Amino acid sequence: MSGKGAVMAEFVELWTYLSATPLFGLTATLLVYVLGLAIYQHYDQTPWLNPVLWSIVALGGALWWLDIPYQRYFAGAQFIHFLLGPAVVSLALPLWQRRQELKRHAVALTLAALGGGAVSALSAFGIAWWLGVPESVALSLIPKSVTAPVAMGLADTIGGIAELAAIFAVLSGLIGALLARTVFGLMGEGTTKLAWMRRGYALGTVSHGIGAARALQVSNQAGAYAGLALAAQAVLASLWIPLLLDWF
Amino acid sequence: MSALIGFTLLLLYQVLGEAIARLFALDLPGPVIGLVLLWPSLAVPWVQRHVSEVAGFLLSNLSLLFIPVGVGVILHLELLSTIWWQIALALVVSTLLGLAATILLLRWLIREPVVGGDSETDVGQGRGHG
Repeated sequence: MSGKGAVMAEFVELWTYLSATPLFGLTATLLVYVLGLAIYQHYDQTPWLNPVLWSIVALGGALWWLDIPYQRYFAGAQFIHFLLGPAVVSLALPLWQRRQELKRHAVALTLAALGGGAVSALSAFGIAWWLGVPESVALSLIPKSVTAPVAMGLADTIGGIAELAAIFAVLSGLIGALLARTVFGLMGEGTTKLAWMRRGYALGTVSHGIGAARALQVSNQAGAYAGLALAAQAVLASLWIPLLLDWF
Repeated sequence: MSALIGFTLLLLYQVLGEAIARLFALDLPGPVIGLVLLWPSLAVPWVQRHVSEVAGFLLSNLSLLFIPVGVGVILHLELLSTIWWQIALALVVSTLLGLAATILLLRWLIREPVVGGDSETDVGQGRGHG
């Protein structure tokens, strides 16, 4: 009896020790994501099994259930978070690889990224504003189509809340990845090379990295243009969003 | 070794971007300036060779990198629980509108087939999918 109790006490002590080290947040994030990815791939990458969504739900739920403060989790997870900076810099690669198409359709692709990004940003802000959402939250919706690390910086600049902006960006990515096929189907998008380009570019414009990951699963052509759109959106939105807000 | 050089290069461009943003008090995020600076540098084969491997790895695992911040949603559950349907509506409607707008703009702006031709009318492709 006392032996069992001692083992239990030892286990609790070990858990208390481990859950307090940065190793915990880092390992938990990778473990949950790798498991989520395996399930997602096992079921033919069904969009609603999106590993980002379920990893966030699982980790958030675990922190809440085990009563672990987010700050303690983030002490470890920040090592993954840190890689977002170099990942944004890496977006130069898809831009470079597709430079010929980019040069050829420079005006069209720039206008499409600006137009699609603006429609998405302003309609989100407009709807939220109209429905009486607090201003700081509504402003955090504006960079929703920009990849999360850039969206956070932009939200800060325009008076939004960085963490909310990141979450809204992730959710926009997931919604786009889930609904794109239906939208494109309803719009009569075919499977020509040009149609794959449009599908990919639209998904990258509105749903950034998560949309691009989804596009890449379906077609290489779509994936490449989604990567291009994601990079274009990161640059263009960083230019027009602060300017627009300055202007008002 | 190559991957290590590539990663160092990515960080250097990010540092450069952050420094420029700060020096000139720009609203642009540092990594975005780093992206813009790295882009023309990829014309140098040495840079491209080293950067490609790491960049490919980071970009193909991009979705993992969103998770730590995404979990931060638990900090704002109280605020969000009071306005959740408004936010959900704004996110879903704006995403649908954004997708449709981009598709319509591209249809209107690009009519000619992209490089390599149109696969639906191309006999060589579109077959063999079973």
